[in-house]
Order: sequence, then C-alpha cells, then structure tokens
Amino acid sequence: MTDAAVSPGSAKTPWWRSRRVRGLIVQAVLLAAIAFALAGLVRHVMSEQGASGFSFLNTTAGFDIIQHLVPYSETSTYGRVLLVGLLNTLLVAVLGIVFATILGFAIGIGQLSSNWLVAKLCVSYVELLRNVPLLLQIFFWYFAVLRALPGPRESFNPIADVFINNRGVYVPRPEAAPEFVWVGAAFLVGVVGAFWLRGWARDRRELTGQRFNTLPAASALVVLPPLLVGALTGFPLSFSFPELEGFNFVGGLVIIPELIALVVALSAYTATYIAEAVRAGISGVAGGQREAALALGLTRGQMLRLVVVPQAMRQIVPPLTSQYLNLTKNSSLAVAIAYPDLVSIFAGTTLNQSGHEVEVIAITMGVYLSLSLITSALMNWYNARIALTER
Amino acid sequence: MRIRVAALAFLAAILTQPAFAGPSPTLQKVLKNGYLRCGVSEGLQGFSTPDAKGRWTGLDVDFCRALAAAIFGDAQKVRFTPASAKVRFTALQSGEYDVLSRNTTWTMSRDVQLGLEFAGTIYYDGQGFMVPKKLNIKSAKQLNGANICTNTGTTTELNLADYFRSNKLKYTVIAFEREPEVVAAYDSGRCDAITTDQSGLYAERLTLKNPADHVILPEIISKEPLGPAVNQSDPQWGDIVRWTLFALINAEELGVTSKNVDQMLKSPNPEIRRLLGVEGSFGQSMGLSNDWAVRAIKQVGNYGEIFERNVGQGSPLKIQRGLNALWKHGGLQYAPPVR
Repeated sequence: MTDAAVSPGSAKTPWWRSRRVRGLIVQAVLLAAIAFALAGLVRHVMSEQGASGFSFLNTTAGFDIIQHLVPYSETSTYGRVLLVGLLNTLLVAVLGIVFATILGFAIGIGQLSSNWLVAKLCVSYVELLRNVPLLLQIFFWYFAVLRALPGPRESFNPIADVFINNRGVYVPRPEAAPEFVWVGAAFLVGVVGAFWLRGWARDRRELTGQRFNTLPAASALVVLPPLLVGALTGFPLSFSFPELEGFNFVGGLVIIPELIALVVALSAYTATYIAEAVRAGISGVAGGQREAALALGLTRGQMLRLVVVPQAMRQIVPPLTSQYLNLTKNSSLAVAIAYPDLVSIFAGTTLNQSGHEVEVIAITMGVYLSLSLITSALMNWYNARIALTER
Repeated sequence: MRIRVAALAFLAAILTQPAFAGPSPTLQKVLKNGYLRCGVSEGLQGFSTPDAKGRWTGLDVDFCRALAAAIFGDAQKVRFTPASAKVRFTALQSGEYDVLSRNTTWTMSRDVQLGLEFAGTIYYDGQGFMVPKKLNIKSAKQLNGANICTNTGTTTELNLADYFRSNKLKYTVIAFEREPEVVAAYDSGRCDAITTDQSGLYAERLTLKNPADHVILPEIISKEPLGPAVNQSDPQWGDIVRWTLFALINAEELGVTSKNVDQMLKSPNPEIRRLLGVEGSFGQSMGLSNDWAVRAIKQVGNYGEIFERNVGQGSPLKIQRGLNALWKHGGLQYAPPVR
C-alpha cells in the first residue's frame, strides 16, 4: 500500500489509475448524489399542498397524551406535542442514565470482588442481560410489572397516601404557593455556602494541615436556611393526595407503569455495558500503583478513592459516553409499550395525522442529533477535566 | 389550402376525442408483472390474516382476489404485502403496491391531502368500546375517569378525544403501536376499556381468554367507512377498482352468486346482461375483457358471499350485516347501475 506503487505523475500510469484522480471522481459523484437527494427533499417540502414546510406545527393536534410535563390538552398544537415528546424523552434518558451509572459501577466493581459469590453473580448479570434483545426486555418488564400488580381497588398501600397498582404509583403531589420561591432561594444560598465551605476547608488543610469535617456543617447549611425561611413564610407548600374515585385514583402525582418499565429496562440493559467499561478501566490501572498506595500507608478505601478510581476514570469515560448516547437513542423503543416519547407521539401520531413525513422525520432526527451532540460535549468536557495533567 | 384543411381536420379530431386517454399505466404495469400487488393489514381477523396454511383470508383480501380475477381471470394472481397503519399511505404513494385494501377509513384529509383516491366503501364501520362484563357498564357515558387503551397513529385517538371532550368526560389514553400489545395491556388490567373500530373489537374479543367475559358497548362514536384506496395519479385505475367493488355489490342485489353466475348469463334481465358483459362493452372500455365481472363473481363470490364468509355468519366473528346490508334491506350498501 505504498504510494509509490500507483504514484501519480509517472508517465506510465494512465490517468484513470491515478489515486488522486480516482479520489476526485468518487468525491464528485458523492457530492452530486447528496445534492440530488437534498434537492429532491426541498422540492418535496415545497410542493406540499396548502402551506408548505413547517406551518403544520401550528395546527391543533386533537389527541390526548398520557404523560406531559408541561400543560397540554387536545386543543394544543403539534408544536406543543413536539415539546411534550422531547421532555418525555429527556425524562427517560436522564433517569436511565442516572440509574444505569449507579448500577453499572456497582456491578463493574462487583465483578472484580475477591468474594467469589459476588463476582460470579455480577458476571452472570452482565452475560444474561446484555445478550437478550432490549425490546424483549422492555416487554418483559412492562408485562411482568402489570401482571404482578393489583387493580386500583386492591392497591398496595405501603405507607400512608402512597398507592401502588397496575395503573401506576400514586404519591402525594407537592403544590407550591407563590411564597415558595423564597424557600427555593434559601436552598440555593445554602448550596452555594456549602461549596464555599468545602473550598475554605481544603485551602486551610493545604495551608496548615488541619482537617475540618465538612459534612455536618455543609448539610446544616443546605437544610437549615430553607427550613427557617419556610417557617417564617408559614410553610407555603401543600400536598394534593391521591384518592380512589370511580375507575381510578385522582389527585396526587402518578408515575405511570410505562415509565417505570422503560427506565428499569433501559438502565438494567445499559448497566451491563457500563459494568464492562468500569471493570476494564479498573483492571487497566497498573498493579504497582496499588502496592505503592498501600506502601504509603493509605487505607484500602483511600487507595480506591485517591489512586485507583481517578486513573480508571480516564479509561471509563469515553466508553461511558457511548453508552449514554445509546441509552438516549434506545429510549425510542418506548412506542412499543405506549410510553409517549418523541418517536411515539411526534414521529408516530403527528406524522400520521398531519401527513408531513419529511418534515416530521427531519425534526425528529435533528432533535436526537442535538441531544447526542450535547451529551457528547458534556462528557468530553468532563473527560478533559479528569485527563492526565502532564507537567 | 389543402394543408390547412388537413390541419383543421386533425385539430377537430383531437378536440372531438376529449375523453380518450391511453390505457391506465397501473393496469399496464400489473399486466406486465403478471400479478396484482395488494397492501393489507398485518393481521386483523375477518379482514386480512394469514390462516394456518399461510394463505391470506379476509374481506380486504378477497376484494383484491376479485380484482385480480377481473383483470387476469385468475383470483390467485395477487401478492399481499402487510403494511402497518403508519406506513400504509407512504407505501401506496411510492408505488409499493397497486391497491391498498387495508381497513382504511375514508376521510377528507386523506382523500384530499395525501394524493390518493378512495374507490368506495367495502365496510361501514364505526368506533366502539369493549369493557369487561364485571364492570357492569351499559353505556360509554359511564366511562368517566376510565383508562382507555388504543392504537396510535389512527383516527381512533382523535375520535376518542372528540367524544370525551364533547360529553365533558375525563379519561386517560394509553396508545400502543401494535394491536397485540393493546389487547395484552387490556387483558392485564392496565385499562378499563379498549377502543377501536367495532369490527376490530369483535376480532380482538376472540383473542381474549374468555370472550364471553367482555361486552361491546352499543355506542358508535364515529363514522368509519372502510374502503380500498389507490394512487390519485391514475384515475382510470381508480375506475377499475371502484367498478369491481360496485360489480360485487350489484351482483348481490341482482341475485348473481358464484354458484349461479353461469346460468345467469342466459338471464333475460337487461341489468344482469349488462353486468355480466352479455350486452354492451363495459369491460373493454376500462381496458379489461367484457366478462370481467363474471370472472370476479365466479371465483370470489358477490359482496354478500364475501361478507358472510369472512366476517358474517359463516365466520367466527358472526357480525350482523347491519349498516352493511343492501340499501333494499335497510343498510347502506348501494352501487350505481352498470349502464
């Protein structure tokens, strides 16, 4: 594969065997194909009957959605449907990422445990869950959850005002009065104070060597100011309680089984890949580092926290990013179990009702692309922060 | 001078032949392929579903067979393509099949905006509700606050929203992509009621563990005329599909069945003689042979036979003729005359 073999410019090589000319031709053909496809797309969008392009987003949708994080009714527009779907997708993605990360790290570390039973259990978990198609797992969790739970009249009532049945998990819904903003502000002040305290304690330790136990003081800073302000404003928070009325519970906050099943399935599945990344990352830290840490007199916990994990993270974060992206994209399987995500209500129902396939699919692809790029950007920033600083 | 006369004559010849266009491009393509391509549903009992031997059966399927028989004289020259509710129109527009015969509701927006044309109504349906008998519900008006399972991407969701809104009732909709999950969710108690076209409810009830434990409520909350659709760009092909459907309905009205069609050829009744191509050249004017209707009726049966065999008394669904009876018997099935 040396360039000399088909070197351009030598008089004996005919032009069509020149690598450079061939490359140019391939690129020109590709460019023409892309331009042709784009032109067709634009022509299609422009030739739509009635208003062209994206004005259908202002049309009334006319259908209801089971879960919406922003106000929505049948009289809302398709544009609103897009927003509702986007938020529902984000909700699943964020919850899934949080749980998958926690579970994945636990399983990954467990695989390396010196306890035979724990290690084998974790390995079996990974092998079992990552080798079964995700869609089947989603169905399994959904119908397993539904079949196991009783109807609304026979709900489990584990603690007061919390009801679990096959229509969802009902909990009291907090309803904030306008004065609640002050409580929120006090909470923010407390959090900022806690961070300041941590910085102060670190500076002091580095300067004088004296340790300061930050945890109690920081917790007090976070908890006390909101409580104090709450007491002053007369606790501006009330609760709406779920009550059985007719077919279902009304009032309160309901977590629908579709959301639970989807989050459980996505996190359990993605956790297997994260666990493998974590295991690989930790195994990748040279044994000498541990021995050196122990020789310096660090405890096992300190060794893990201060020596092994920071070095392992550098190898874990890049594959972790891919898994976060996969989880977000896999959440589009939600439509199978009636969870109203972006693909289900926008690229599904809206596409079908409005007939604007090209626009709807283009928007949906654009949204997923943006979500993925944002996730990547955040993870790359984090990766750069923990990267090896060479001095 | 002579040239000008000739030109005028030529012009006149063009102007006096306004209606003549070449044979339908779709028909030519179908004839060239040697088979008809027909889009059907992925599986709805009574309308289109593969049987134990893998043979497609159902009302929608039989219509395509009748069309194939009218074109080729052979009802088997048809290939079925299952299409989901979501892709059915796009696939028709892009020419993946020649006719869409897939319990599809004829609505104005579909007819006007999607570049397709409905050939007629093969089944007058309406959206209804099914509930477990033990809830002791007699009317859809009692469904206030209920959870309702349905399919996404159909007119069903919109009708449901309209009905509950106009009756000032509350509800929660749970919309699945595929039929089997709708039934499974209903079966496991996720929802109190299930809604779709009534014909679909009868079919779904048969798939439940104990069909007798479930009732279909009397209310019909929407008009759902289901019919075959074709691409709008070929009106002549639309004529062929439309008049094949009308021929099946006219045959029932005139008492022509698959059994007696050969004797009927000798009938003195001029309406029957025109339908069966003994008089006139109606088949040829569509680009088919004059005995097109005979072929369809002989191999597949008239409308009544097709109905009873697939969804009526001859089938497990046992749906009454109801709105689908002939106009003479109090129903809505009415075909314009062959004249």
